[in-house]
Amino acid sequence: MTHQPLFTPSSAGELMSPMDRSVLELCRSHGISRRRFLEFCAAVTTTLALPSSYAQIVATALSQKKKPVLVWLEFQDCAGNTESMLRTSHPTVEDLVLESFSWEYHETIMAAYGKAAESALQRVVREEKGKYIVVVEGAIPTADGGVYCTIGGRTALDIAQEVCGSAAVIIAVGACAWDGGLVRSGPNPTGALGLQGAVPGLHVVNLPGCPHNSANTAAVLVHYLTFGEMPALDPLNRPLFAYGHLIHDQCERRAHYDAGRFIEEWDDEGARKGWCLYKMGCKGPEANLNCPTVQWNGSTSWPVKAGHGCIACASPRFWDTKSPFYERLPHPAGFGVDVTVSEIGWTVVGAVAVATAAHGVTSIIRDRRASETKTDESREKTGPKEGK
Amino acid sequence: MARIVIDPVTRIEGHLRIEVEVNDHKVTDAWSSGTMFRGIELILRGRDPREAWIWAQRICGVCTTVHALASVRAVENALSVEIPENARIIRNVIAASQNVQDHIIHFYHLHALDWVDVISALKADPAKTAQLAQSISDWPKSSAVYFKAVQDRVKTLADSRQLSLFGSGDWGHPAYKLPPEANLLAVAHYIEALKLQREFIRIQAVLGGKNPHPQTYLMGGMATTMDGSEPDAVINPERITLLNELVANAQEFVRQVYLPDVLAIAGFYPEWFQYGAGIGNYMTYGDYSGDTTMSESGFFFPRGIVLGRDLATVLALDPNNVTEYVTRSWYEYPDGDQAAKHPAQGVTNPKYSGPKPPYEFLKTNEKYSWLKAPRYNGKPMEVGPLARTLVAYASGNGNVMRIVNSTLAKLKLPASALFSTLGRVAARALEADIMVSRLSDWVAQLDDNMAHGNVRLHNGDKWNPNSWPKSAQGFGFHEAPRGSLGHWVEIEDKKIVNYQVVAPSTWNAGPRDAQQQRGPYEAALLDTPIADPERPLEVLRTVHSFDPCLACAVHVVQANGAAHNKRH
Repeated sequence: MTHQPLFTPSSAGELMSPMDRSVLELCRSHGISRRRFLEFCAAVTTTLALPSSYAQIVATALSQKKKPVLVWLEFQDCAGNTESMLRTSHPTVEDLVLESFSWEYHETIMAAYGKAAESALQRVVREEKGKYIVVVEGAIPTADGGVYCTIGGRTALDIAQEVCGSAAVIIAVGACAWDGGLVRSGPNPTGALGLQGAVPGLHVVNLPGCPHNSANTAAVLVHYLTFGEMPALDPLNRPLFAYGHLIHDQCERRAHYDAGRFIEEWDDEGARKGWCLYKMGCKGPEANLNCPTVQWNGSTSWPVKAGHGCIACASPRFWDTKSPFYERLPHPAGFGVDVTVSEIGWTVVGAVAVATAAHGVTSIIRDRRASETKTDESREKTGPKEGK
Repeated sequence: MARIVIDPVTRIEGHLRIEVEVNDHKVTDAWSSGTMFRGIELILRGRDPREAWIWAQRICGVCTTVHALASVRAVENALSVEIPENARIIRNVIAASQNVQDHIIHFYHLHALDWVDVISALKADPAKTAQLAQSISDWPKSSAVYFKAVQDRVKTLADSRQLSLFGSGDWGHPAYKLPPEANLLAVAHYIEALKLQREFIRIQAVLGGKNPHPQTYLMGGMATTMDGSEPDAVINPERITLLNELVANAQEFVRQVYLPDVLAIAGFYPEWFQYGAGIGNYMTYGDYSGDTTMSESGFFFPRGIVLGRDLATVLALDPNNVTEYVTRSWYEYPDGDQAAKHPAQGVTNPKYSGPKPPYEFLKTNEKYSWLKAPRYNGKPMEVGPLARTLVAYASGNGNVMRIVNSTLAKLKLPASALFSTLGRVAARALEADIMVSRLSDWVAQLDDNMAHGNVRLHNGDKWNPNSWPKSAQGFGFHEAPRGSLGHWVEIEDKKIVNYQVVAPSTWNAGPRDAQQQRGPYEAALLDTPIADPERPLEVLRTVHSFDPCLACAVHVVQANGAAHNKRH
């Protein structure tokens, strides 16, 4: 054994059922502690809604001798998505970057610099062609020959074309890499675009948000590690398990909305009682993401829980379409639970679990769900419908 | 003579390029260039000032929250809005947690690998590492078994030939001086710090909903609510308990791990208390107000300037004396690029005149950066933890003097050693210690207010834009982890018509000006020894000691000056 668990023995091991014994041995033989193994299971089961019997598959994936290579590109970014990745807890960032993947290029945290860093990236493109994962953060400027972002003297566009063009999997994290985000918002001084706009023809999996929630991104990476493919996606190529339903339908303050209990002024009595933020400009009724369930920073909180409205940061072109952020949504949302959406919402939760687990039937369910999700998506674009 | 290029400079935020001339194993000239531009201030024009902070926060995700704070302060300053005491305290808690978080991440994840040879750790005797650890700290995780486990983890990586983030480092470089045991200690704490930062920052999730980019500021206060008897209030007794735990854990880490590690590592590199001083002018706006009016007298970090390394005198600072040059930056002023402009009067066009990509070298005798060159009364200034420490020290601030003097005594160094690469590193660690103590005071104050029924968090007097004057101008500032941050806003007819940011890294990483004065990075790099021009590790040491943040540093005022032309 080449690797000792870093963690002290915990009671977590006792949760292991007898059927998992072989898995445990497999993990042990590859230097994975029980605790860490269980963290992976937790990530998969809670975020992706996989049944725990899939632990075996996770463990097999972990037993690969050669770790999948991952490179992380940063263009017109604020590094907020990188920082978010550093905060991931299931699996932990140290496990992701040191054990699960060979994280070979990531400017903000890699040891190499200058020419050695460039060579590291070139090696991956050359020697891992068609096999590596590329994560892109930040927008790509296309005006004036791309002079608004250069790395090593090359334009962002040049690098994106080369590195993404040879990758097995392309993931865009954050609003900017998805659709240009804030950098592209009016007047878009640098001609910024998201990855799929700047380099047409790529199959990009999008994890928008400002920033992305790394709990979702980590789950996507674990899914890839386990099944060798991406989880089911919506028509905007966002993973359904995370972007499949409206914030509004999952919101812990929803009961107040349904009962007509609204915050009327900041810091009023309703605010202290946790009432609905709709009248203060909350965009939850038009926003798709799983913030209310997964929450942020180890499930500590999320913006609405902390008292501020949602700004719909995972919606298309949200900076231009959802601001002014303090103005009440133009289409007054009706009272009472919207039957259509709540039905879709919870059907999708179940369907994601089945689809992801039952590998063979994924595509069937994906197709069905795609048509269902269009309803959600159209709401995201146009705002909530009138109530019944 | 050789021209060495480092691009990308990694382990920083953003896109920085450094070019240096090396003669006889010494840096004889240096150019610092920001190679990315977004134009966020342009994008802010025409927006509702109440949401400016949401946009401005996205200037940076590493120093997240600091631009939100400076922005909301600028708008409050413009509209004369005073915030309630609790809002001030919560803002201080968020800002101070950011400070401590950033300093820890900077040292372990962005800077340590300039001093620590990861592969050398494989040669360490874990028992001796345990002895070393126990000799510098009483942190409990210091057994030989613990260090052996860490070493095995690194060995697994090395044996797999997939070193991941540690691949292609300068391992074995002659400038690395730590014994294997100290390297192993530092690698262990690199991993521990990854865990700590993830936990500690939950403070911002409690108070701001998430990190990065917490989302609870409001013009006039905070959207966070507090009530001791409401279970659904954002801050209640249970949440206070959590905040206290998170602060206590961080305090333990800073005192028992971060600070001892910095001193131990610095002890092996005494010569780096001589290199890297640079321009020797230090500036701070001051911050962490003790009252709700942001008056200078209540600042925990005092405002002022130390000029020419003279610790006997602290000069007063007036933000009106801040100007920016674009003489060597890829912008143009309509009335010529030789004169500087105050941020509130800035009129700028981005105008790239560098080499066509792909390129090998910048035209360093012309314009060469997307950063402007800020100056105070025409002089370049270093900002950041060292500047704050020196201004506080020279002002006779008791807290700072005590901790600085005792540290200097431990290292057997004079105060002048602070003007150096390692001086910056040490000042940052000392500041983290000071800030983490203040954090527990502020949380206690919040708890006390809540217990006494003082739960007010927002002043809504000016929330309705109809209550605003037709036009208003404001200045918001913050002493961010990396230094003095200023936001200038101009509001007309309820909309932003001009917005300007001068960020800490603009001060530190900026290029030359019309007088050909170098910026702080450039000046600090002069005379840096270079053992191996192919691997200029020593350049990184000094550049990293400033904790560069390039996304913050690059900005533009307005494309055509329409708002000003209209009035003038």
